[in-house]
Amino acid sequence: METYYKPDDLFKFEEIGKEAPDLAKKFFDYYGAVFEEGELTEREKSLIALAVAHAIQCPYCIDAYTQACLEKGSNPAEMTEAVHVVTAIRGGASLIHGIQMRNVLEKISM
Amino acid sequence: MNSTIYSEQSVKQSPTNIEAFRHTLSMHGLGMFRGETNTLQINVGFLCNQSCRHCHLRAGPDRKENMNFKTAGQVVDYARRCSFETIDITGGAPELNPCIVFLIEELSSLSSKIMVRSNLSALNDGRHEHLFELFKERQVQIVASFPSLNQGQTDSQRGKGIFDMSIAALKKLNTLGYGLEGSGLELNLVSNPTGAFLASSQAETEKRFRTVLQQKWGIVFNNLYNFTNMPIGRFRDWLEKSGNLEKYINKLASNFNPCAVDGVMCRTLVSVAWDGYFYDCDFNLAKGLHLGGRKIHVSEMPGAPESGSPIAVGDHCYTCTAGAGFT
Repeated sequence: METYYKPDDLFKFEEIGKEAPDLAKKFFDYYGAVFEEGELTEREKSLIALAVAHAIQCPYCIDAYTQACLEKGSNPAEMTEAVHVVTAIRGGASLIHGIQMRNVLEKISM
Repeated sequence: MNSTIYSEQSVKQSPTNIEAFRHTLSMHGLGMFRGETNTLQINVGFLCNQSCRHCHLRAGPDRKENMNFKTAGQVVDYARRCSFETIDITGGAPELNPCIVFLIEELSSLSSKIMVRSNLSALNDGRHEHLFELFKERQVQIVASFPSLNQGQTDSQRGKGIFDMSIAALKKLNTLGYGLEGSGLELNLVSNPTGAFLASSQAETEKRFRTVLQQKWGIVFNNLYNFTNMPIGRFRDWLEKSGNLEKYINKLASNFNPCAVDGVMCRTLVSVAWDGYFYDCDFNLAKGLHLGGRKIHVSEMPGAPESGSPIAVGDHCYTCTAGAGFT
């Protein structure tokens, strides 16, 4: 069945550099540097990436960072908690906008 | 940068058939030859109380291939002829072999370091109390399987209830002095990935296990080793059934690190099986690849394999040369 998302496309990512190699190189170099161990460990960075992958709902990122998290030593309980963190933030972001709703509602209501 | 979404390796390696390991070695101008063999690994057989899903030997409670006293005696004679620095006893579960006491008693005076690879649950099953005392008395180093800090992952790989049994056994070993600084009783852990992915950084894993085991259970240990799972035996069966085999093999091959070749264990270790035949390592034993491609029995072996002699290789060897390697 045809689908817009194809798992093998993950392996073709470097092809994005075909029309703009300099920009692609800058991006990949930056990307690599970001995920190197710094004040945060590589394991912690992978957990953040996994959470963000769920927030932006990127299937490539979810696939890649589920594996990356396991290979950096995280376990399913930690990974599930990370997804709950992003869910709380996303839910909270919707809910806090309820204050805007209340502001409008109160302004125009008797 | 490692195995993340945009890594060099993942973008350049689409899933294809891998190069033969031997060919990959020659493309890098490398070969697999022995250095000085300083370790004798003794696989006492495939009998085990567990049937771990990643076991390359398919060890389990129904396996009949176990070292007898005649072969054990021949192995001891061989160890006496060769003076190995380290003797490494593995299985199966070595604790279940009737020759284990004989082997420990005879070998501990022949080598400065003797280690037993334990799954912990066999040692602490209530029927092997004498082994705790014997190991302590002979200062046997214990290398204990402990794949994950997560109960679900551990039990899924090694069997229901194994995580709790392992924690209880580690606590008991600590009580005896194992893992305690200055005790001379070394307790090392081995962590394996609990699925079709590579092992994490050894240093990082050790740091984390040390913190969590101490905080949650008051357990201490000396060192931790991370071993990537070998795609043979029961683990290969699982890879095939779960549709992960091709991707996993590709991952191992694409992470080939020529610098890891020098440090692989088969360069300094020789493995003798339960029936007395030699192999270059325990994985070649599982594959039936005899030492240097030649079938020789312990009773006929004049000494340690010579430095510079060839090591039998196969595509499973990608596991030991992936990333930081497998030593």
